[in-house]
Amino acid sequence: MSTVKLTVNGRAVSVDVEDRTLLVHLLRENLNLTGTHVGCDTSQCGACVVHVDGRAVKSCTMLAGQAAGSNVTTIEGLAKGGELHPMQAAFRDNHGLQCGYCTPGMIMSAVDIVHRHGGKLDEETVRHELEGNICRCTGYHNIVKAVLDAAGRMKVAQAAE
Amino acid sequence: MYETNYHRASSVPDAAATFAKGKESKFLAGGQTLLPVMKQRLAAPSDVIDLSKIQEMIGIEVSGDTVTIKAATPHYDVAQSEAVQKAIPALANLASMIGDPAVRYRGTIGGSLANNDPAADYPAAVLALGATIKTNKRAIAAGDFFKGLFSTALEDGEIITAVAFPVPAKAGYAKMRHPASRFALTGVFVARTKAGDVSAAATGASQSGVMRVPAIEQALKANWSPGALDSVTISANGLLADIHGSAEYRANLVKVMGQRAVAAAG
Repeated sequence: MSTVKLTVNGRAVSVDVEDRTLLVHLLRENLNLTGTHVGCDTSQCGACVVHVDGRAVKSCTMLAGQAAGSNVTTIEGLAKGGELHPMQAAFRDNHGLQCGYCTPGMIMSAVDIVHRHGGKLDEETVRHELEGNICRCTGYHNIVKAVLDAAGRMKVAQAAE
Repeated sequence: MYETNYHRASSVPDAAATFAKGKESKFLAGGQTLLPVMKQRLAAPSDVIDLSKIQEMIGIEVSGDTVTIKAATPHYDVAQSEAVQKAIPALANLASMIGDPAVRYRGTIGGSLANNDPAADYPAAVLALGATIKTNKRAIAAGDFFKGLFSTALEDGEIITAVAFPVPAKAGYAKMRHPASRFALTGVFVARTKAGDVSAAATGASQSGVMRVPAIEQALKANWSPGALDSVTISANGLLADIHGSAEYRANLVKVMGQRAVAAAG
């Protein structure tokens, strides 16, 4: 057992976990942040993507101890109060989800994609960049639409800040 | 995953000392291979020693004709590095094709080389560019480093600290990606040194891991162009065969990826 201290969605937390605990399990089982999903558990599907120090990573492929001292953002940390993050709003408006299982990972990856590409995002880039996230409803078409829509909204939001 | 003890190393000597204390220690870099293998219970190290926060093992340096990538540098940083893009664009391009974006944020060059997966990308670049693998004990030439599937010249407890790549005159990499795993079904890296020497290395093709391809090297030495490989035949002997492709299919891929790599190198 070790004590892992990290910041999750802006809140400092300290959790006692076995050393073999994966970050996704710390988030879901110790912190009850069950928005982050485990899809495949083999690093392929991306349902578990969270941001660690600003980078979108698969939390099923990282030990909790590796995240000690880091800043972690999960899907629960995106909205500001009652206001959805532009990416969340765009997923809702474009029907970017069907069963919803892959959605948290899709959104966390998508926010990272927009951060990296900014206004230069096109459909081909979004499709290529989302290769680490699998939607088994095969709802990619509206997911891509949502990401492109959100990229525009995030630019506007950034300009307004 | 079986129980294990996690240690975060603060320096290379600290990592080596902690490794020596464990019963069955393993170094952990980005963890994009080791953790999945541990989750499948195919590996059960008593101790994992995390190298990824050792500051002296992170970063990229370009000096004169050498690009040095420190071992714990993630693929994303190599792909994005303007210095690498300028000095060896094929290497930055190769890094940008590994796994998916989330994997590239975590996976490291040192981890990839130490694991020596027969379908990993970096070994092809290291072998074709004639890089030097620097460890906490010595420097190992690329030609002496790879020892077959998942095995290398590294001794127990030896840590890769950096990889030094000589800047070539031209280099290119082309890869047929497995659409699900994104590993190379076959990838070929070609390079021409400033002195005019040519080397080509293929990954994902051979049963014994990354390999040089003399037939491609000879043809390109005489004529550096994709067309020079039209008449080259690659033997299927000793090549991998699985549900994704026969040995003959991979033999042909070595040639075709070689041609695309030359075209990419210009």
